[in-house]
Amino acid sequence: MPEKIIESYNVKRIEILDEKGNADESLMPSLSNEQIKKMYELLVHSRTFDQRALNLQREGRLGTYASILGQEASQIGSAFALEKSDWIFPSFREMGVYITMGYPLYMLFQYWSGDERGVKCPDDLNIFPVCVPVGTQIPHAIGAAMGVKYKKDKKAVVCYFGDGGTSEGDFHEGMNFAGVFKLPVVFICQNNHWAISVPLKKQTASKTLAQKAFAYGFEGIQIDGNDVFAVYKTVKEALEKAKKDNGPTFIECFTYRMSDHTTADDAIRYRSKEEVEAWKAKDPIQRLKLFMEKKGLWNANYQKDIEDKAKAAVDEAVRNEEAIEHPEPKDLFKFTYEKMTSRQIRQMKDF
Amino acid sequence: MPTLNMVQAINLALKEEMQRDKNVVLLGEDVGKDGGVFRVTEGLLEQFGSERVMDTPLAESVIAGAAIGMALYGLKPVAEIQFMGFIYPAIDQIFSHASRIRSRSRGRFTCPLVVRAPYGAGIKAPELHSESTEALFCHMPGIKVVVPSSPYSAKGLLISSIRDPDPVIFLESSRLYRSIKEDVPEGEYTIPLGKARVVQEGTDVTVIAWGSMLQRALKAVEGVNAEVIDLMTLSPFDEETILKSVKKTGRIIIAHEAVKTCGFGAELSATIAEDAMLHLKAPIMRVTGYDVVLPLPKLEDFYIPTAARIKKAIEEVMKY
Repeated sequence: MPEKIIESYNVKRIEILDEKGNADESLMPSLSNEQIKKMYELLVHSRTFDQRALNLQREGRLGTYASILGQEASQIGSAFALEKSDWIFPSFREMGVYITMGYPLYMLFQYWSGDERGVKCPDDLNIFPVCVPVGTQIPHAIGAAMGVKYKKDKKAVVCYFGDGGTSEGDFHEGMNFAGVFKLPVVFICQNNHWAISVPLKKQTASKTLAQKAFAYGFEGIQIDGNDVFAVYKTVKEALEKAKKDNGPTFIECFTYRMSDHTTADDAIRYRSKEEVEAWKAKDPIQRLKLFMEKKGLWNANYQKDIEDKAKAAVDEAVRNEEAIEHPEPKDLFKFTYEKMTSRQIRQMKDF
Repeated sequence: MPTLNMVQAINLALKEEMQRDKNVVLLGEDVGKDGGVFRVTEGLLEQFGSERVMDTPLAESVIAGAAIGMALYGLKPVAEIQFMGFIYPAIDQIFSHASRIRSRSRGRFTCPLVVRAPYGAGIKAPELHSESTEALFCHMPGIKVVVPSSPYSAKGLLISSIRDPDPVIFLESSRLYRSIKEDVPEGEYTIPLGKARVVQEGTDVTVIAWGSMLQRALKAVEGVNAEVIDLMTLSPFDEETILKSVKKTGRIIIAHEAVKTCGFGAELSATIAEDAMLHLKAPIMRVTGYDVVLPLPKLEDFYIPTAARIKKAIEEVMKY
């Protein structure tokens, strides 16, 4: 018998906005000028927050921090497509998502300064606390999506992780569940090319991360993760698909971690300046600025205005955060169980 | 009142809780069509449908992790891990997340789930089917550990575990599943978590046991004026009932199937030493599994503590 090809897949890559600010109008998502400006402002806002967090860490006013520099379009573009009622399971490098969803800025500083109260999500949002062990939030998104499906709610669940996360067992198990149960979940993988010091090519022998989804029985798409339009459009379509009960989507945002892994890392030890410089030219904010300038949506005054606003908002958040009283030592005990154990009650008397 | 074995009692608890609360759902390997490898979930798929009784892919980490996600979303998942020895891939989810989501989110999100697993040796199972690693879970704050010793207590404790606002590891002795029967009322009754049960009162010696060891403890104390405590909940455990008994008898035997070193008996011994040392008339004695890798069936009867070993320990402490 002759050999037959019984299955094959094509992996799509989507790009809309290039580095020079030219957009493919045929692919442009439906966005008003006001929405485009809002996206730009969120990009600037997130970068302002990020830079301030790095500075505060250097001054000893914040703990170890994971910068989002270079990944803003993947985060703002995806979160811009979400509704407040959607459920979001982030990793630890998604401050742009929190900011876009309207999470209070001072609470983000509070978390990174080492105060758990900072990730007590406000009641009108469903964005989960930072998840430190890589990829372990994927199963939670699966379970929440099973809950959405069981209750027949019109919501989607979004799970963020990075290229390193795709090597974890929980990624495999979670993707498999998503396919088997046809869950309303969107996996947003920010392929930033580095898992601390390990480059993508040592993380996987696959040509793309997107192709992995096909093995689990659903679509994977690679997009230019520094192109806010491509991110927004692809995520929005995936969310609509999820909400129509048409199953999961895996989106590989092809981007780059411009900063160190965290403030405790020194990326110069393992990657070249040339590589970083090459990615600098693909900056997500710069290309949107060029696009807006061509459309008459951007000028120097506007830039100054939004930078001033971002700086003022961040200044205020830092002031508010630093005015918060130190957590009470008794708070150590209060959230282990709904009710403290008798042993905990005795231990608490130390304070 | 029906006379049920432990499999039937647990099945009844699940059925009644699923009838009472539509947010109670089951998931695990073979829990649906097959009714579980021990038939604990038999008939539930037919009664409640595949949306509530979910046969999952073979993936312990996501069985536990998805249960966490469901619990966060407002469901009350009861996940089955097929054997205790298979729970290790799920430990990351249980330790890194289930135990600390309430704390991490300062109470905004909670994780009311139950992970059920058969545990213990004595059913001639292959390797890694027969572990008794309950102490691992007791070391992690934020989760509760419950080990029933009889059909009646299994039903009442499981209902309490399902209704509990925090994650519960519920360990079922596979050797007990079909070996004992007792009257188990239909309809709702609960046994509070965190409370031990004095199974019989006595004055000369106290034997503390749980799960698979209780029957052997009861056999060992025949003819002795002994108090027998069924601990039932290991975390958080009932210090008050234990210390009261220590003060009464002054002699303590702790019997558990797990290995001795860092077994839960160590925690109980240390608690008694800290809080009731001056009431002791004799050294605390632990009758436990040996500090060895759990053997294949041909040697497992030599591993599991016997009533004779417990009896010997009683004779030892009675010399003081």
